[in-house]
Amino acid sequence: MELLWEISIIVIKIVVVVSVVMFHVAYATYFERKVIGRMQMRMGPKEVGPLGILQPVADGIKSFFKEDIIPLNSDKPVFYLAPVISIMAAMSALAVIPFFDGFIISNINLGILFILAMSSLGAYGIVLAGWASNSKYAFLGGLRSAAQVISYEVSLGLSLVGVMLLAGSFNLNDIVEAQSSSVFGFYAIPQILGFFVFIVSAVAETNRPPFDLPEAESELVAGYFAEYSGFRFALFMAAEYIGMIIMSSLAVLCFLGGWTVPYYVLYLFPFLGAVPGVVWFILKLYACIFFYYWIRATLPRFRYDQLMALGWKLLIPLSLLNILITGIAKLII
Amino acid sequence: MLNEPGTYLPVGYLPILIFLGFSFVFGLGSLVFGLLLRPRRPYAEKLSPYESGIAPEGEPRQKFSVKYYIIAILFVVFDVEAVFLYPWAVAFDMIGLYGFVEMVLFIFILVIGYVYAWRKEAFVWD
Amino acid sequence: MLNQIIFGYFAVTMISLALIVITRKNIMHSIVYMLILFFHIAGLYLFLNAEFLAAIQIIVYAGAIMVLFLFVIMLLNLREELRKSRFAITWPIGAIFVVLSAVMIIISVFGNRFANVGNVKISDIEKVGHTVAVGKLLFVEYLFPFEVASLILLVAIVGAIVLAKKEIK
Repeated sequence: MELLWEISIIVIKIVVVVSVVMFHVAYATYFERKVIGRMQMRMGPKEVGPLGILQPVADGIKSFFKEDIIPLNSDKPVFYLAPVISIMAAMSALAVIPFFDGFIISNINLGILFILAMSSLGAYGIVLAGWASNSKYAFLGGLRSAAQVISYEVSLGLSLVGVMLLAGSFNLNDIVEAQSSSVFGFYAIPQILGFFVFIVSAVAETNRPPFDLPEAESELVAGYFAEYSGFRFALFMAAEYIGMIIMSSLAVLCFLGGWTVPYYVLYLFPFLGAVPGVVWFILKLYACIFFYYWIRATLPRFRYDQLMALGWKLLIPLSLLNILITGIAKLII
Repeated sequence: MLNEPGTYLPVGYLPILIFLGFSFVFGLGSLVFGLLLRPRRPYAEKLSPYESGIAPEGEPRQKFSVKYYIIAILFVVFDVEAVFLYPWAVAFDMIGLYGFVEMVLFIFILVIGYVYAWRKEAFVWD
Repeated sequence: MLNQIIFGYFAVTMISLALIVITRKNIMHSIVYMLILFFHIAGLYLFLNAEFLAAIQIIVYAGAIMVLFLFVIMLLNLREELRKSRFAITWPIGAIFVVLSAVMIIISVFGNRFANVGNVKISDIEKVGHTVAVGKLLFVEYLFPFEVASLILLVAIVGAIVLAKKEIK
C-alpha cells in the first residue's frame, strides 16, 4: 500500500514536470519565432490570437490532423520507433534535474552521468530515422548528424569533468550546493574554459543553429526527418526543444549556480533573498534559451568540415587543458 | 540503504524506470491518438521518397566516406577516456597528487594517438 | 524473494533478447533489441550496488560501441542478411567451436566455486558512494592495468587510421 502511495506521488510529479516542460516547449517555438522576427525587423507570428499568442496551440492541433505519410520501402517498425526513441531519450533526462531546492523526481548520485547517457542515446533516434526512411536526404542527414552528435558528445562530457572535480559529485543537487559555498558563488568564472566548451558542445549536441547541418533546410531539405510528417515530425521537434531545455538546465545547474544567488549579491541586496529559488532557476533558464535564439539569428551556418574541425581540433584540446588547470589548482589549494 | 547483494533493491531508481515507461507511453500514445484523427489517403506519388520533385533514382543508401568510421572509432576511444575521468574527478580528494600524475600520464599516452590522428588528417573533411 | 523474482525476470529476458538479436534478419532490428538488452544489463548492475557500472554500460556500450556498429552497418550497406554460400561455407568449423564452448560452459557451471571475497565491503561503498569507491580502487590499487588501458586505446586509434589510410591518403 505504501509502495502504491509512493508510486502515485512519483507519477504525479512526472505528470506535472512533463506538462510544464511541454508547455515551455510549445511556447519556446513561439518565442523563437517572435525573437528572431524582431531581430530581423519582422513581426513574427501575430494572426492567431492577440499578438499571435495562440500560434503554438494552432500548430499543435494542425500536427494532429496532418496526414501521416510512410514512404514506400521504408523499414516500418524502425520508422515508427525512431521518433519514440528520440522523445524518450530527451524526456527521461528530466528525471534528474532539480528545478529548485528539494524538488527533483529522482535524486540519484549519478545525475550528470544519467543526462550524458540519455543524450548519447539521442543519436539512435536520428540514425534510425535516417536509415528507415529510404530517402537520400534522410540517409545523408542521419549520417552527418550522428557523426556530429558523437563528436561533440566527447567535448560535452570532458567539459563537465572540471565541474565534477570542483564539486566532487555527479549529483546536481550537490553541485549546486558546492557552488553556492565556493568563492565566486558559481562555477562559470573559475570554469570559464569549461563553460565555453560546454556552450558550444551543447548547441552542437542539440543540432541547433549554427550547427544545424543535419537539418540544413537549404541543402538537405530537412535532413533525417525529411520523410516524417504530422505528429511524428512534431515528436522530433519536441525532442529537439526538450534537448535544448535540458542542456540549458545543465548549464544553469553546473555553471550558473542553479536556484541560488551568489552570497555577495545577497549581501549587497538583501531583499533578493525573499525571491524563491525556482524563480532564479527559471530566469537563468530563459536567459540560456534566449542565448540559443540569439546565436541562431546572428551566426551563419557552419560548413561541415569547419564543424568537425572545431569539435576535434579546438574543443577537445581546450577541455583537456581545462581539466589539467583545474586539477593543478585543486592540488595547490 | 545499501545491503548485501541479493537483498538490495535500488529504490532510488524506481522514478527513473517509471519515467522511462511514461515517456515511452507518451511517445507511442500520441502517435496512436493521432492515428484516430488524421486522414489517410495514400497514392504512389505521395508515398515515394522526396527527391526535389523528380522520381527517385538509384539506391537511397549510398556508400559514404570511410572517415565517418574513423570518427566513430576515435569517439569510442575518447568516450572511454572520459569514462575514466569521471571517477577520477569525484575521487580526486582521496587520491590527490598520486592520482593526478597517473591521469596526466594516461592522457599523455592518448594525446600521442590524438596527435597521430591529427597528422594523418583524420579531422580534415574535403 | 522479491529479489529472486526480479533476477529471474532479468535472466530470462536477457537470454531471450540475446537470442532475438542473433536471429533477426534485419540488422537494424537486431540493434534495437540489443539496446533493450543493454538497458537490462544496466538494471542488473543496479541490483548489485554498482550504479556507476550501470551508467558506464549505457554510456560506453549503448552510446558509443553500438553507434560504431551502426556506422559499420551503414558503411557496408547491409539491409538484409545475405544468404550466399560463400558466407555459409565455414559452418562446420563454426559448429565445432559452438560445441566446444558449450562443453566449456557446462564444465565451468558444474565446477562453480565462489571467488575470494574482495577488500571492499558494502559498508565502504555505502560510506563514500560507488563511484568514489571505484575511483579509489582503480587509481590506487589497479594503477598498472589502468595505464595499460591507455595503451590499448592508443592501439585502437593507430589501428583504425592505418586500416583506413588508403582512403584518407
